[in-house]
Amino acid sequence: MSNESKVKIALSVNGEPAEVAFAPHKTLLEVLREDLGLTGTKHGCELGECGTCTVLLDGTAVLSCLVLGVACEGRAVRTVEGMAQNGQLHPLQETFADLGAAQCGYCTPAFLLVAEALLAANPHPTRDEIKHALAGNLCRCTGYIKIYEAVELAAARMRGEVAQPTRESLYGR
Amino acid sequence: MLRLPTFRYLQPRSLREALAMKADAGPDGMFVAGGTDLYPNMKRRHQEPRVVISLMGIEELRRLDGWNVGTCVTLSALSSLPTFQRSQSAVAGAAQLVSTPLLRNMGTLGGNLCLDTRCNYYNQSYEWRKSIDFCMKKDGAICWVAPSSPRCWAVSSSDVAPVMVAIGAEYRLVGPQGERLVPAGRFYHNDGINYLTKQPDEILVDVRLPAPNGWDAVYHKLRRRGSFDFPVLGVAAWIQWNGKKVGEARIVLGGVASYPQEVAAAGAALEGAPLSDEAIAAAADAAYQPSKPMDNTDFDLSWRKQMTRVYVKRALEELRARH
Ligand SMILES: Cc1cc2nc3c(=O)[nH]c(=O)nc-3n(C[C@H](O)[C@H](O)[C@H](O)COP(=O)(O)OP(=O)(O)OC[C@H]3O[C@@H](n4cnc5c(N)ncnc54)[C@H](O)[C@@H]3O)c2cc1C
Ligand code: SF4
Ligand code: FES
Ligand code: FES
Repeated sequence: MSNESKVKIALSVNGEPAEVAFAPHKTLLEVLREDLGLTGTKHGCELGECGTCTVLLDGTAVLSCLVLGVACEGRAVRTVEGMAQNGQLHPLQETFADLGAAQCGYCTPAFLLVAEALLAANPHPTRDEIKHALAGNLCRCTGYIKIYEAVELAAARMRGEVAQPTRESLYGR
Repeated sequence: MLRLPTFRYLQPRSLREALAMKADAGPDGMFVAGGTDLYPNMKRRHQEPRVVISLMGIEELRRLDGWNVGTCVTLSALSSLPTFQRSQSAVAGAAQLVSTPLLRNMGTLGGNLCLDTRCNYYNQSYEWRKSIDFCMKKDGAICWVAPSSPRCWAVSSSDVAPVMVAIGAEYRLVGPQGERLVPAGRFYHNDGINYLTKQPDEILVDVRLPAPNGWDAVYHKLRRRGSFDFPVLGVAAWIQWNGKKVGEARIVLGGVASYPQEVAAAGAALEGAPLSDEAIAAAADAAYQPSKPMDNTDFDLSWRKQMTRVYVKRALEELRARH
């Protein structure tokens, strides 16, 4: 692979313009992790079967393991690294941490981004709408309930409500 | 990392340009739309094109014009179109049942209708396949599902294709020889390797849905999980109503053969009479007889066959309930 010619593209990564050169058959996942040093995006199955590689491409949640890097010329990519602003965690990151919605954390960047895209389109989702939106992301640790609760709590806070976690979501019944 | 093999990637802006690029590349070239079928397959070395030609930059393929749907429309867009939800809801419903929201944001209608056939002995990594000395569909000589068989039995696993066959949609193809219109039912072959009648250098441009005109259709899907999984059985049922009676009917099965399989006897069992419990049972039985899933997907074979009866019955009951 070393002496193969590279392609160079310009794109926006987490709101910043970026230029990157890489072998033309690389996926966006590989370009992010290996050529841009952004290892927040995780690799799992690499076949579209787990969701852990999810990023937002022009605001839409897609699987970076099945998108070519060269297809991203001129487009806007958002990864988990872009979520915190000025040292402040995103409300979803806060609630995921507080409610135990992240355990091993391997699935977490993807869940955060899918939830962010959901809340941008629908600030007041029902539990069912959250479940459907997150139905392409596997988590082997949490059992999902804490993830749904964290999305609900963050949604409330992002709507400007003063919302606290319920006692049982912190300590159980 | 499970990496793609090396290839050249081309991004034409028009159909003409795409056809010229394919002509240049010859058999080494392949079209790609969303890539959710082709790229996993390339990672497992099922397909090894040296030139990959993306159709996503061609404006004409992304068009939605009345009942004509461009093939590069994503499944997400297809499943949330308001006009579809009213009239041709079975198409939107089947698109909504494909895999996951993330895959539906990427996967297209055209890719779904041209989806490669699937088999437990085939959808595996190169190393896995090598360890069983491969199979007839790629790199090998024998079929592990039916070792004495001269053909491959890989399964048609598209959710939308059975609906298109049932409602009588037409596909518009453009190739070096010009344009042709093919009824969905004649687009598929019952052969796991040569599963399409389309030539490799033809592009599927759009799908013409029949206008709403007293017909109704539903799609029911059997799979292990409520998300992610391919159908192990799909039932598309279409009825042209004639008052309270069934004028014409078509029942098409997905996931049981190498093509979306129409069971003519099941449709015939319904025609000319109201949709009574007896008529539904007769149609379900007629669909059960020729439903012959092979032991190469998820779930037990005989149970999948039995479920044909159950799913045909449910589909017809739903059509009756909303008439
Ligand atoms: C984990 C997983 C789960 C899945 N589950 C399902 C499921 O439940 N149901 C289901 O139906 N599918 C499923 N799929 C398959 C696939 O994601 C969808 O069928 C999708 O719609 C394919 O579309 P695409 O645009 O990504 O196809 P691509 O990968 O781009 O193309 C697929 C094939 O069609 C050809 N092609 C594409 N468009 C055209 C065109 N316009 N003209 C000519 N040839 C064309 C390509 O050359 C290629 O051979 C799943 C895939 C994965 C990875
Ligand atoms: S049906 Fe047989 S030849 Fe076809 S993919 Fe499966 S094992 Fe291979
Ligand atoms: S790594 Fe599993 S879906 Fe991309
Ligand atoms: S927290 Fe471990 S996989 Fe989700």
